[in-house]
Amino acid sequence: MNAQEELNTTEVVRGSLKRRYAREKRFRLFGLAAITASLTFLAVLLITITARGLPAFKQTFIQLEVTLDSKTLGVGENPDTNELRRANYNGAIKKSLTTLFPDVKKRKDKKALYKLVSKGGQYDLQKRVMADPSLVGETLKVWLPVGDDTNSYIQGNIDSSLPEKKRRFKDNQILWVDQLTEDKQIQRRFNSTFFERGDSREPEMAGIKGSLFGSMLTLMVTLLLSFPVAVATAIYLEEFAPKNRWTDLIEVNINNLAAVPSIVFGLLGLAIFINFFNLPRSAPIVGGLVLSLMTLPTIIISARAALKSVPPSIRDAALGVGASKLQVVFHHVLPLAMPGILTGTIIGMAQALGETAPLLMIGMVAFIVDVPTSLTDPATVLPVQIYQWADLPEKGFVEKTSAAIMVLLAFLIVMNAAAVYLRRKFERKW
Amino acid sequence: MNEEVNPLPSLEQDQTSEQTIEEIVASLGDTVGQPRVDDPKMSVSNVDVFYGKKQAIFGVDLDIANNEVVSMIGPSGCGKSTLLRCLNRMNDTIPICRVSGELTLDGEDIYSKDTDPVLLRARVGMVFQKPNPFPKSIYENVAYGPRLHGLNRNKADLDDIVVNSLKKAGIYNEVKNRLDESGTSLSGGQQQRLCIARTIACSPEVILMDEPCSALDPIATAKIEELIDELRENYAIAIVTHSMQQAARVSQRTAYFHLGKLVEVGDTDTIFTNPRHELTENYITGRFG
Amino acid sequence: MLLLIIFVLTSVAYVVGRSRAATLRKNGEQLHSLPRYYGYMTAICTAVPALLLLALWSASEPTFLKHSTVKTLPAEVQSLPQGQLDLVLNDIKNIATGGITQTADDPVREASANHYNDRKNTSQLLKSFFVLVASVLGALYGLRKIGVQTRARIFVERAMMTVLIACSCIAIFTTVGIVLSVLFESLRFFNKVPFTEFAFGLHWSPQTSIRADQVGSSGSFGAVPIFAGTLLISAIAMLVAVPFGLMSAIYLAEYASSNVRAWAKPLLEILAGIPTVVYGFFAALTVAPLVRDIFEGVGFEDVASESALAAGLVMGIMIIPFVSSLSDDVITAVPQAMRDGSLGLGATKSETIKRVVIPAALPGIVGAILLAVSRAIGETMIVVMAAGLAANLTINPLEAVTTVTVQIVTLLTGDQAFDSPKTLVAFALGLMLFVTTLILNVIALVVVRKYREQYE
Repeated sequence: MNAQEELNTTEVVRGSLKRRYAREKRFRLFGLAAITASLTFLAVLLITITARGLPAFKQTFIQLEVTLDSKTLGVGENPDTNELRRANYNGAIKKSLTTLFPDVKKRKDKKALYKLVSKGGQYDLQKRVMADPSLVGETLKVWLPVGDDTNSYIQGNIDSSLPEKKRRFKDNQILWVDQLTEDKQIQRRFNSTFFERGDSREPEMAGIKGSLFGSMLTLMVTLLLSFPVAVATAIYLEEFAPKNRWTDLIEVNINNLAAVPSIVFGLLGLAIFINFFNLPRSAPIVGGLVLSLMTLPTIIISARAALKSVPPSIRDAALGVGASKLQVVFHHVLPLAMPGILTGTIIGMAQALGETAPLLMIGMVAFIVDVPTSLTDPATVLPVQIYQWADLPEKGFVEKTSAAIMVLLAFLIVMNAAAVYLRRKFERKW
Repeated sequence: MNEEVNPLPSLEQDQTSEQTIEEIVASLGDTVGQPRVDDPKMSVSNVDVFYGKKQAIFGVDLDIANNEVVSMIGPSGCGKSTLLRCLNRMNDTIPICRVSGELTLDGEDIYSKDTDPVLLRARVGMVFQKPNPFPKSIYENVAYGPRLHGLNRNKADLDDIVVNSLKKAGIYNEVKNRLDESGTSLSGGQQQRLCIARTIACSPEVILMDEPCSALDPIATAKIEELIDELRENYAIAIVTHSMQQAARVSQRTAYFHLGKLVEVGDTDTIFTNPRHELTENYITGRFG
Repeated sequence: MLLLIIFVLTSVAYVVGRSRAATLRKNGEQLHSLPRYYGYMTAICTAVPALLLLALWSASEPTFLKHSTVKTLPAEVQSLPQGQLDLVLNDIKNIATGGITQTADDPVREASANHYNDRKNTSQLLKSFFVLVASVLGALYGLRKIGVQTRARIFVERAMMTVLIACSCIAIFTTVGIVLSVLFESLRFFNKVPFTEFAFGLHWSPQTSIRADQVGSSGSFGAVPIFAGTLLISAIAMLVAVPFGLMSAIYLAEYASSNVRAWAKPLLEILAGIPTVVYGFFAALTVAPLVRDIFEGVGFEDVASESALAAGLVMGIMIIPFVSSLSDDVITAVPQAMRDGSLGLGATKSETIKRVVIPAALPGIVGAILLAVSRAIGETMIVVMAAGLAANLTINPLEAVTTVTVQIVTLLTGDQAFDSPKTLVAFALGLMLFVTTLILNVIALVVVRKYREQYE
């Protein structure tokens, strides 16, 4: 019976082998395909955003010869600052455009012509004149940013073969711009506006400085609040806490808080900080408070892991020479665990930097032009700025959104790289 | 995981003098005794095993015959488990492991390209150091192999195979009323016998056992040893053990390994009563190991 | 300013306390602790009572000021409803700080503003005085205590421990804060709209409140379409995330060489690190039009431009690394002995994975999936940007649906009176969201913990 059975087994197994190996191969391929698909998506995401965002780092400028005579500007002979601020720079720009194209007579055409230059151009002019009032009465050649549609056209985003009615950029505008390009009066330059200005309704004048400062202020509050509290909590739970129901409860709580949707923290912020404590809406301080509550669990969990990895022999050694428990922790254990804690903190901060939803709840979503300078100024943050721009219809804002995303991702990459570096550098095997 | 999967640290511990392992091994001389039998089921000839650059087995020859238990003894890290794992190519799962030399089953080279490791492992079963039943029911544990290989034509066939295997492993009476319970709910000794039943269910020709009793208490050990003796009627068996008494009790032939070298091999009675190599004698008399 | 003074006082207290203890020591007294600790002790005595007083005073000041100011107003203004009274008070505050006001000059308000300023100044003055007194008294007390009998190190360490324990309780306070804030507002909502209508109503249109006196009947708050929409999008997300995440984890844990693992894992984790607002932008701008074009291309009609499918797909991709890294952990936690046992019986690698490793890791994988579901339900930005606002009750993934988080965001952004059911319902939705994710998280955490204990 045994011999027969043996033969049987070998035969049977051999018969099914081909099929089984085919299945094995298929399964393995599925796995590979899953990973490849995920990574492909990552690549597509990054490439799409970069492709859309890159043009926004360049801006188109137009060279105009502007005559700043006091009549056009509507100022007196020796204007004071206030007068200069209110002067009609727009008129000066319009006048220089009409001198450039003297054939344009119709109202409608004139309007189209004026649209070539951005509405923000007058502010540039204003800034220059206010810095140097002697410019009044002079004629100077200036480079001014072009309007959104003109910018699109120069970038090749407007198809001039379409019938005129279907595009925002009209035939005569194309004519003008082409002529200007020929005369070398149109130039593409690095877009410093994007980094030097706050939000604006005009895509070509909108920048991320305001939201960047808002993000920094908010993160500063988050860091100052969450880091000490998280470290203290981790030290208590890891080094001192007795094993009882209360500490169990704290543990479960922390693990659970780490998985609570971020928007719920926003509701907490709205109900408690704003409605109950009457803190100002849209302020970095409230944003920081909410985000620090949100990042606390992340930092606590990684800080505990870091403390746990310090071997007990070090504690025993210090206790053995007569240090008190607290001295042991603060003089020996904590310094050794610091790199790990910092890594966790950076990762938590990166999370906070990318967070949007809770900040919408506490009103950091308002349209704010000014750059915030204090913790109670109304402010917005980079991700919220992205969210706001993403909703706007102008073509220019799609670019700006992508560019802002690139800036945000750059910050995140730097932070995560720092965390990885820290981990590698201080990685210690006991 | 088995501590002897990577024997290198202990090899280094053994290396007390300035000599390299290769020099020590060379100083051990040729294998004492007769590694060959008349009608081998499996045969090992001049086998070297490397983990990366380090050599773990040095030119071993050994036969395993039908209806016989061969025990492999020696101090920790002597390569006995490594050799055992070569016999059904379990070492394939370790990427840095390389085997050279000839290993045959019924005269066929098991490391040749034509031999399929899946088929080989169905024919050469293995029982591990720690009982490792799957987290499934007792029935499913035993039915696992036959289902994989499609050994049964229908459900009744499968029931037969499971019951027979459990009977052969001497555990049927203890579990017949709770075949649906989890295999992990059994005691250690029962788990190990369940694992043996699981192996038997695939109708193997050779059974390899890697210290099957090291995690068990004496009573459970006695039962397993009894079982091994019974299984000898139908299978060729190779067993790695730390316990010299166990080797003496269950095996017909014994092979003594030292630092990856087969030092002495022969009838179990002879080895234990009249060892010819100095190292074997030292080990058996308990001077080290 | 006050804080600065307290800080200076504290530093001085530290230096004085320390030098005093050092002198005692030099004179041969057997002090219990190092002089440093006496310094710390004095500093604590100086700072803590003063800071506590300051905090208490600052917290109660606005309420006190408000009451005092309201009393100066004419009776008919005082009897105004709370909301309008608040507006008046705001105005007064603006006048007081010299800001811009909405109403023309009004002598009554001017007077109130003056009163407000008066009181405020007095309060500030008193506050500074008392806080400074407290701080000085504390310092004196601390200095007096320096001596042989006082064990300063123990005192300091006790204080430190108190701080540590207080910090660790913040987690509890946060949870309590969340529960209280959403529960309280939700109860107010359920006072106006019955719970049954909210939980079982099929019609959702909170925007239709017309007149203030119609409170109970304004709009309709049947949340079923919202829950259904949330489930639909989460289900689509899980259909993407679970197979892809699980297969990625299996490949990484069982097949990939350590080299591939070393770069593929961090790359996957980048997907998890990208802010959700970026995914939302991508979903709205690229994926949604693509989905519409594809499905209209193959003959479907009326594909919404904000289809549930687009939002769900992108959300699924966002969750892939979440599923894969958690599953990877549980799969690698399955003991090698299991795999050896199966391979030793002649199973192929995939058979071993499918029949032994996955069943053994199942509890952990289920836990991971539950956490992922909780994440999908709570995800906000992707759906806010890529899913619709219309509360359709449908299971057609090509239609637009709305979710709990989308509604919370739309209802609470922008200005509105805080008492309307339209605002309060957002908190009721928040409560539902919190409770659901809480249950999922707790189950998942318990399952995963049990699973880990099994193999440790």
